[in-house]
Amino acid sequence: MEPHSFIGIKKEWDIVGARQLGREIARKLGFGTVDQARIATAISEIARNIYLYAEDGKVTFETIEGMNHKGLRIIASDNGPGIDNISQVMEDGYTTSGGLGAGLPGVKRLMDEFDIQSEVGKGTIVTAVKWLR
Amino acid sequence: MDAIDIQEDSYKDLLKLYIDTEDEKALYGAEKISKSFIKQGITPEEIVNLHIQSLQEMYDDMPQAYLRGLDFLLETMISYGLALQEYQTLREKQLEIKSELKIAAGMQKTLLATTVPVVENLQIGVVSVAAHQMNGDYHHFITGKNGDIGIALADVRGKGIPAALCMSMIKYAMDSLPEDTMGPNKILKNLNRVVEKNVDPSMFITMFYAQYFPQTSKFLFSSAGHEPGFYYHGDTKNFEELKTKGLVLGVTSETDYPEYERTIKEGDMIVLLTDGVTECRYGDNFLSREEVLEVIQQHMHLPAQEMAEKVYKHFERLQNFHLRDDFTLIILKK
Ligand SMILES: Nc1ncnc2c1ncn2[C@@H]1O[C@H](COP(=O)(O)OP(=O)(O)O)[C@@H](O)[C@H]1O
Ligand SMILES: [Mg+2]
Repeated sequence: MEPHSFIGIKKEWDIVGARQLGREIARKLGFGTVDQARIATAISEIARNIYLYAEDGKVTFETIEGMNHKGLRIIASDNGPGIDNISQVMEDGYTTSGGLGAGLPGVKRLMDEFDIQSEVGKGTIVTAVKWLR
Repeated sequence: MDAIDIQEDSYKDLLKLYIDTEDEKALYGAEKISKSFIKQGITPEEIVNLHIQSLQEMYDDMPQAYLRGLDFLLETMISYGLALQEYQTLREKQLEIKSELKIAAGMQKTLLATTVPVVENLQIGVVSVAAHQMNGDYHHFITGKNGDIGIALADVRGKGIPAALCMSMIKYAMDSLPEDTMGPNKILKNLNRVVEKNVDPSMFITMFYAQYFPQTSKFLFSSAGHEPGFYYHGDTKNFEELKTKGLVLGVTSETDYPEYERTIKEGDMIVLLTDGVTECRYGDNFLSREEVLEVIQQHMHLPAQEMAEKVYKHFERLQNFHLRDDFTLIILKK
């Protein structure tokens, strides 16, 4: 398995492709069923955001293999409109989909590390890491 | 992790006990264990996973189709797990807000504290109760150098924190007015300017201000759009509504408040109130001012403080012990 793989997100079906690739990589790294399911859900959320708000972007997977540390890094990047007020978006309950716990705050909960960089008019990069325990 | 390990074992044991015996005891155990899972923030997908693992440990011939089905179930639990976590975070936040509010309410109490002055030949009774934690009604007594008494009663339309913040401002504005005795009209004129400058026009503050001179029994008053009080004439046994002109505070920067005067005679009584008293609701009905007067009349024979408390108790009960608006009642009796 190459350390970098990515899936372009243009159609809704690409979200499924991203989930599948992410889950495969996670399984090969040794993540259990629960973590695989969490990682897949996190991928769904960020890939769906690209599909809904940015039209064109990609989700990249990197495996991290340190001395006593193994993990999966997911990077969702797009050249979309960007997010103006990130703090607001990270507040529980801000999501427009109305579901409890969904959206980007959910991604943060599902993963171990989480970061967003965004510039209005330029695009958004969401990075999330899950460590193997 | 130890607690979870113990529970993992007991989950498996209970599951096995139930599969073997269908014993209700096992189900009771399951109830207890699920409560403790919730307490520890263990999410549904982890429980489904624990279930799958327990089954696999007990049976090495689990049908593949069945296991796949359980994996599918696990997947559907992920969002429930997130909802649970969000709920827990929000609950913590709510507790934080509650305790902050409690502190703020305490600070407000201290800030707005006022002592009822002791005046010869005049009984003063007061009850002021907030509908929520913070009170949007304000009342204050001032004793002047030459023994005259100032009585301020204000009501911020709206309840809770915004009203309370507004009230603090009124309090400071009052405190910073010049010491030497000023008449009700001047005081309201001054406060009006402060409110006009500092308060959002959507806030609505009404105020009644009165000055009482014990030596002459003169009672001067002005009102900024405040709920009219009542004057009871002891000789004719009639209630008079204390009609006043004067705009609500803060509407325009320059406005005048006419001053009115009464001389309080033996047996007279003055009732000052906020609309939390007159707008008491029972069911869908508003109380009419006549009904309020009736209640006041029923308790008139009592000393002023006791009377105010009894009237409050009456309305509290009428509203099923759930005040809808801040309630302030001041009774002056001679
Ligand atoms: N990649 C993105 N590009 C532009 N805006 C985004 C992006 N991701 C999220 N947003 C904005 O942030 C908001 C919150 O996103 P999210 O937490 O996923 O909740 P939801 O998608 O349900 O609204 C979205 O409504 C959208 O306005
Ligand atoms: Mg979204």
